[in-house]
This record gives sequence, C-alpha cells and structure tokens, in this order.
Amino acid sequence: MTTTVSPATKVVSRRRNYGSLEFILGASLSGIVILAVLLSGFLFPDGGESMDLGARLIAPFQSWDHIFGTDPLGRDVLARVVVGGKISLTVGFVSVIAGAILGTIMGLVSGYYRGFWDMIVMRFADVQLALPFILVAITFISILGGGLTNVIFFMVISQWVQYARLIRGQVLALREREFIQAARAFGVRDLAMIRHHVLPNVIGPLIILMTLNVANNILLESSLTFLGLGVDPMIPSWGGMLADGRTYLQDAWWVSVVPGLAIMLTVLGLNLLGDWLRDRLDPTGKV
Amino acid sequence: MTGFLIKRGLQALFVILAVTLLVAFAVRLTGDPALMLSQGAGSVTEADLANIRQALGLNRPFYVQYLTYMQGVFTGDFGASFMGGTSVGRLIGDALPATLMLAFSSLILSILISVPLGIRAAVKKGTGTDQGIRILSLVGLSFPNFWLALMLVLLLAIVFPIFPPSGWDGPMSLVLPSLTMAIILSATTVRLVRTTMLETLSAQYIMVARSKGLRERVVLYKHALRNCAIPLITYLGLQFGNLIGGIVVIEKVFNWPGMGTLAFDAIGGRDYPVLQGSVTVLALVIVIVNLVVDIAYGIVDPRIRTK
Repeated sequence: MTTTVSPATKVVSRRRNYGSLEFILGASLSGIVILAVLLSGFLFPDGGESMDLGARLIAPFQSWDHIFGTDPLGRDVLARVVVGGKISLTVGFVSVIAGAILGTIMGLVSGYYRGFWDMIVMRFADVQLALPFILVAITFISILGGGLTNVIFFMVISQWVQYARLIRGQVLALREREFIQAARAFGVRDLAMIRHHVLPNVIGPLIILMTLNVANNILLESSLTFLGLGVDPMIPSWGGMLADGRTYLQDAWWVSVVPGLAIMLTVLGLNLLGDWLRDRLDPTGKV
Repeated sequence: MTGFLIKRGLQALFVILAVTLLVAFAVRLTGDPALMLSQGAGSVTEADLANIRQALGLNRPFYVQYLTYMQGVFTGDFGASFMGGTSVGRLIGDALPATLMLAFSSLILSILISVPLGIRAAVKKGTGTDQGIRILSLVGLSFPNFWLALMLVLLLAIVFPIFPPSGWDGPMSLVLPSLTMAIILSATTVRLVRTTMLETLSAQYIMVARSKGLRERVVLYKHALRNCAIPLITYLGLQFGNLIGGIVVIEKVFNWPGMGTLAFDAIGGRDYPVLQGSVTVLALVIVIVNLVVDIAYGIVDPRIRTK
C-alpha cells in the first residue's frame, strides 16, 4: 500500500519542523549566552580589565590568547564581551520581572474592578504611547544621572503599562466566560477567583510578552549606554564597548563588530524563543 | 463622527498636558538652575543668585512657571538657550526639519522594502521563502539600531566609500541613516503585511479578479494591496513614536543636525531650556501624528468611530 501525503499535511509538518528548529536554535543561543555570563568570573578572573599595552589592537584570529582580538588598551575583546553580558542580562531580566509584577497587579485590578483604576491605566497607556522610552530616559536620566538602578527604574516606570493593558484585555474577555460566572455563582471570593481562574488563563500571553521584552530591554540598555546615559562607562558593557569602538571603526572594526554580534545573538535567541512560545501558547495572536 | 473627534481630541489634549507636566517637573528636579548657571563665575553673592532667579522667573510658584511655559508652547516661544541666549524656538526650527525629513524618508524606504517581501511571504505561505523572510524579520529585530548604523557606515562608507559617513552633504547623506531606520522598521512591518495579505487573498473579490484572467502582479499590487493599505498606515502611525526615538539615537552616529543632536548637546551643556523645548516638541509631533492617523482611519473606516 502506498501512502500519499496531501500538500496540506506537508505544509503543516514543515511548519512544525520549523517550530522545533526555532526552539532548538533559540534555546541554545540563549542558553550559551546565559551560561557564559554566569561562568564569566571563572572563565575570565580578571574581569576583562587587564591591559597589555604591548598587545594593542590585535586583529581577531591572530593569536590564541586573544581569539577576537584586543581593544585600543590591549584588553581582550572576548573577555570583555562575556563579562559585559552581566550588565545586559541583569537589566533585561530584572526590569522585565519588576515591570510584569507591577503591570499584572494593575491590569488585574483595572480589568476586574473597572471604574476609576481602569481609567487611570488607560490614560497612562496613552501617555506611554506618545513618549517613547528613549525620550523619557533622555529627560530623566540626563538630570538624575544614569547607573544600573536608574536605568532599570525608568524601564519599569515606562513599561508596566504594556503588561497592564495585556492583562486587562484578557480579564475583560474572561469576565464574560461561563466558568467565571459559574465560579462567581458558587460564591468564590475575588482573590481566589483571580488566583485559580483568572491568572492561569493569562499566564501564556504574559510569558510571551516578557520574553520579547527581555530582548527589547537588552537593546534599550545598550542604546542608553552607547549614548552615555546608561551604566558607568568604566564597567564593561556591550553598549559601552560599542561607544568606545565607534572611534576606531576605520582601523579596528572588530572592536565594534564583536560586541554587536554578542547583542545580536543574545537577542535573536530570545526572540526565537518568544516567537516559538507565541505559536504554542497564543495561536490567535493576542500579544 | 463629531463625538469621535471630540473624544479623540480630548485624549490628545490630556496626553499633551501629562507630557508637558512631566517634562517641566523633570527639569525642576535639577535643583537650583541659578546655582548651576553661576558655577565657575567666581564669587557669587546671594544677591546675584536672586537676580538670576528674577531674570529666569524661577522665584515664582511652580504653577505660574508651568503656565508661562505652556503659553510659550502654544505661541512657539520656548525661552532662550543658556548658551549664548539664542531663542530655543529658532534652534528647534533649524533641527526639526532634519529629523522629520529622516523620519519620512525612512517610512517610505521601509514601505518599499516590507511590502514586496510581505506579499511574497504571503503568496508563498508555508514554503522555504516564507520561512526565510520570517527568519530575516526576526534577525532584523535583534540588533540595536546604532550598531546597524555603525555596520552600514563600515561597509558603505569606509570599506566601499559610496555614501558620506556623517553630517549633511547633500541628498546622498540621507541614504545611510534612512536605510538604518527602514531596515529596523521593516522587520516588524513585513509580518503585518504578510498577515493582512493572507486575509485579503482569500477574499472573493480576489478570486473574481483572478478568474477574470488578470495578471497575478495586477491582482496582488492593485487589488489586494489596496486593502492592506489601511492597517499598514495605522501601524506605521503607531510606530512613529518608536521611529522618532530611534532617529534620536542614530543621529549621534551620523552627526545628523537634528533634534537628537540638539537634545544631547543640551544635556552635555546642562542647557535645560533647550532640553525641555526639544523633548516637548518631539512629544507634540508624535501626539499630532497619532491623532491625524486615528482621525483619518475613523473617516475611512466607520467601524472605528463607534468603538
């Protein structure tokens, strides 16, 4: 007996293959970066700080000691990239977790109780839409100063609205569903209702948005540091290395190319994971 | 329609109010501008400080200062720069066109990139081409705009010196900054074009157009594309804020004489009237663009008004 595969099945299975490829690629890229950054203290005990003025601006793949070359002060580019990843990952994860917690609470309150809080959240959303993060950051950080804490603080302040809007929309849709109304008829209290019936139903889209925002905030932090508004330029960070490398673009391309590739691979890994999660958890495209 | 216009107008007014309050508040967080201005002026007496405060109107209550500032916003009078006393309005008048020119050329370029790619992905749905375009769009989302700018300068201005690397030196200078922003913008726009195109292509009038024997290119680019135009324009309108934010950053890479450069120079020189004025004007431009796009959408598609 011969089996024939209809074109439709072929497309579906190819799509599924692509999906698992997306997951493998995304998970391994993010995994390698996170592992390298966690082990950076062990891999590069000098923290990428040791200078060797005799070995300035060595090109990549010329010496085993400096696979990706050295910068204008003779510091190893690879070591600084791995150590610099600490800043990016810290900002990315901490800002997103804090923003998501704040936004989820606000979204639950505004979607569940409507009324006054609802209006506040929606008006904040309007303001956030008109003021891109980079403008908020320019205004406040130029006055209050940069640094890790301030960068994270302003990310949370300007991004919690995204989570609040997502959760609010989901809660509004859930309110009308039969199982919620049934639970209410049984006399389930508000907090228990939120914990057992509402939260489990909004967690999928929330995780997708968080994954994509970790990626996005890594990009934002590097922009701020590049502009001199982010973390201290003396601490190795991807944005800071790019700001230094810009001056040497003509003679030493690798000083700008390597940290940029590090950002790209990290963010691409997270974006692939987010995309894969979206296909899995959110087929109707709420996020 | 009138109700929709009033509602949308009030919303925009609220946003303008909130943004200006925020900026005015932020600038006042600096402490005493009079002290800052007199730094390095040698011996400064309390009377000198009082004179500076009097001259800048800093001795009045915050709400009076804010109202004066708002009055200035609506009359185009943003005060004078701390550096040399040039009118802030004039500085912005010189810088804003450069930024807007960059914004619009990026928008047009990104439409030219994303529409053909998005249509191709939709037509070849599920094939290698579709997935290739999807991966390309993910990669395009994955690097910082200023790094892409640096790489384009490295490739097209240093290794192959085709375009000028920075500054304003005729229309050729527009290419690299616009291309940078267009690539970043296209990464998300491609997906939107693909999705709306997929919906459109299954519509009956497309079937009719095909069965009339029209050439595929005419069907796609004349009949189908027209229906994608509204969501596309709305999306680009919503992205305008992010586009401006991105341009502010890459202006530094290209030494572009626009609002970003103006704001950063103001930060460096602690020139708060210029900083306040430029952030306010950029936010106003974004609010106005969003408002216009929304109203245009309301006129074209009556369903939006009743929402």
